[in-house]
Amino acid sequence: MNYFIIGFYALVIGASSLAAFYQKRTAFILLFSLTLVSFVMGIVGGEAMLWSVTILAGLIAFSAGVSYSFREFLVIILPNDMAKEMRTAPLTAGFGLFVIFTYAISGIFAPIIAPYGEAEVITSAFAPADENMLLGADQLGRDMFSRIIYGARNTVGLALLATILAFLMGATAGLYAASKGGKLDQLLGRIVDVIMSIPSLIFSLLLLSIFGTNTTTLIIVIAIIYAPRVYRLARSVGGNVVVMDYIEAAKLRGEGTWYLIRKEILPNSTAPLIAEFGLEFCFVFLLVAGLSFLGLGIQPPTADWGSMVRENATLISFGEITPLIPAGAIALLTVAVNFVVDWMLDRTSGLKE
Amino acid sequence: MSQDKTVLLNIKNLIIEGYSDEKWVGIVHGVDLKLHRGEVMGLIGESGAGKSTIGLAAMGFTKDGCRIGEGSSIEFDGMELTTTPQSDLQSLRGSRIAYVAQSAAASFNPAHKLIDQHTEAPLQYRIQKRLESQEDAMELYEKLRLPNPREIGFRYPHQVSGGQLQRAMTAMAMACRPDLIIFDEPTTALDVTTQIEVLSAIRDIVDQFNTAAIYITHDLAVVAQMADVIKVLLKGNEVEEADTRTMLSNPQDDYTKSLWAVRDFKRDQKPRPTEGSPLISVKNVDASYGDTPVLHDVSFDIYEGMTVAVVGESGSGKSTVARCITGLLPPTKGECLFKGTPLPPDYRDRSKDQLRQAQMIYQMADTALNPKVKISEIIGRPAQFYSGLTGPALKNRVDELLDLIELEPAQYYNRYPPELSGGQKQRIGIARSLAAEPTFIICDEVTSALDQLVAEGILRLLDKLQNELNLSYMFITHDLATVRSIADEVVVMQYGKVVEQGPKDVMFKPPHHAYTDLLLSSVPEMDPDWLTTLLEERGVDDIGEAAKANKRD
Repeated sequence: MNYFIIGFYALVIGASSLAAFYQKRTAFILLFSLTLVSFVMGIVGGEAMLWSVTILAGLIAFSAGVSYSFREFLVIILPNDMAKEMRTAPLTAGFGLFVIFTYAISGIFAPIIAPYGEAEVITSAFAPADENMLLGADQLGRDMFSRIIYGARNTVGLALLATILAFLMGATAGLYAASKGGKLDQLLGRIVDVIMSIPSLIFSLLLLSIFGTNTTTLIIVIAIIYAPRVYRLARSVGGNVVVMDYIEAAKLRGEGTWYLIRKEILPNSTAPLIAEFGLEFCFVFLLVAGLSFLGLGIQPPTADWGSMVRENATLISFGEITPLIPAGAIALLTVAVNFVVDWMLDRTSGLKE
Repeated sequence: MSQDKTVLLNIKNLIIEGYSDEKWVGIVHGVDLKLHRGEVMGLIGESGAGKSTIGLAAMGFTKDGCRIGEGSSIEFDGMELTTTPQSDLQSLRGSRIAYVAQSAAASFNPAHKLIDQHTEAPLQYRIQKRLESQEDAMELYEKLRLPNPREIGFRYPHQVSGGQLQRAMTAMAMACRPDLIIFDEPTTALDVTTQIEVLSAIRDIVDQFNTAAIYITHDLAVVAQMADVIKVLLKGNEVEEADTRTMLSNPQDDYTKSLWAVRDFKRDQKPRPTEGSPLISVKNVDASYGDTPVLHDVSFDIYEGMTVAVVGESGSGKSTVARCITGLLPPTKGECLFKGTPLPPDYRDRSKDQLRQAQMIYQMADTALNPKVKISEIIGRPAQFYSGLTGPALKNRVDELLDLIELEPAQYYNRYPPELSGGQKQRIGIARSLAAEPTFIICDEVTSALDQLVAEGILRLLDKLQNELNLSYMFITHDLATVRSIADEVVVMQYGKVVEQGPKDVMFKPPHHAYTDLLLSSVPEMDPDWLTTLLEERGVDDIGEAAKANKRD
């Protein structure tokens, strides 16, 4: 028994007692179950296990703190009505926004932030981390950290462009079908069914092998694969809007279809579409990473998180975590985007009441 | 009437607060309410008066985002509901306190048969076994005078009519023989002929089982039939309380008096212009939805500057006529003429000017105004679209229109529809139709979703606009009080046919067509004995549907 173990247990038990005393139900249940789990962990894993529990708790507390301060920061700098939205936002949304913000900064200012170029070979292959290289070197001796930073620009940028294109195509077609109906609706619907019936990865592999793999083709292919999902959502949301009396009023006024879509239907379907945008972005992101992993995505030597996982995969067998870093970057962004999307979904469903 | 006169519900200093804009705002400010066993209390007031909130609070329930404030006390049969735990409250609701909602159609689960939903509560609280409860349900259906009481329970909610559904809902509330039922505007969504069936059924059953009830409504004439005691509410405060007869004959407060006076608005009837062709003329129109015919040989004329009311119960084809005139539903036979020239049957084939001439005001202002568009743009768009106004000229026109509908331009210019009250939204709807500078406006049940005070304001506004701008109205409604106040001519419709038409004074004087008579006699009056007298006249056992069947022959 050393001071750490005694201190650890004293802290969790004391905290749960305090929570119980002040009748904070959820906090008490959380802390007390942590206490019970720590008993088991202490017995099974010894001191090392307790350290990892402490570090994990510290990490969660740290990110909660960061999220909280970032949210407060946004509340202060944003204009009044948006600040009100932020104040009621959950902490997870603050965390998501913070992560997205960080990624955006590192993507935009990649050449300034990264110490080396993305294709620059500076040392021997798989060199360990030292004071020059924060995360060590990859299989060709390029700086891992620099490549992660550049990867943010390439992978995220490509996924963003592809998603935007998919949304432009899908949402326009969907809302158009919803407002027109009839044969056009049927035709578009069946085309979409055909695209959706082919597994997306196989379809993209097929298209990419036909048209070759450069960035433009990649973006278009991914947009075509993801547009049908957007189409379906836009059509069903638009379908609920077109039956409203204000649409009838606008039709009777003699307005054209384009005006109807732009001014009457779109503003009333933005909320679910934005939420869907977040989700689709994650899927596109994963597809890009997956394609790169298979060698059909972004081509070397351009830094890309998906291919970085593949290239450094051999290191896993030596107990190194290097290949997991780009994988972690993907995971973190996905989680962050989903946090923000959840928050937006909550807001829209709240508005419906 | 009742044997036991002890106090059943005793609400003292009820404060209810709602959470909005990050602070708690009072909705109900200290209302007292005392209800004896077997007594029916009517709660009336305009929307936002806190009627429904008080009704729910009587069950110890508040809506999400609301709470019962400090110092309130709700005592139900000796039990303090504000401190009772949730689980006990839950078993209290349904078994001893029941609730009948405004829209039975929305409150029944469409996926289950009526009787299965009926037996749910008795089974849950182990009051009756399934078969006993079903037997009981049939008895109740019979008492509520539903047709085929032994069979109707095995139908799904969409297979019975609105009035029947509302009665089935009342039967369901009765399933556990509660001590207290809360009726939240149970007949507001029904038309007059159906309303009578439901009212008399509710009144009888409440009487038979000596159940106490709180009857929430904004219709004074209805509350006069139902309640023993009336409480008037305004903005979460009590205005006054008295027993029904005293309240009707001798209201004390100014606000109550103004509520009573609403039905006084009456406009002089205008005669038909002697020369010139009618502005709108519907000629022998047949129409159908798909293969189902809805209109049969409908013809009537609307002259310039006149108001023609089209009345009939729901399903009589009133709104369909409007759809034919606007061109949303091209008629299968016949045509609509505008100033003697035929209008193209489909609105897509009409010229901009033809579209401009006929405008529409909708029943539900909520769905008729795009919630994401500013008021200035909603009103400004037709002016911009038809007259090509832009910039300052457009802004002036919008200001002018807002002035016309008696809303302060500076205050409303940049607002969105959800920020407005029901009456204000309806006014915006009127402004939008005026912006097109039409000669003819179709008003589709424009006042039926509004309180009487607000509705009266809208009617007065429409009348003022008609005088100033020489507009013609086609007024679709099932509310004969509205017809009486604003119409020049009346067209009565039933089953898609025009039953009778003529100037208002002739139409409201006997002899009537049998159907017109049924409609007219079904309009509730302020006299508390009205329902009793009417039922005696018609024969208590066959009111409503049965009466209709008799009169049809």
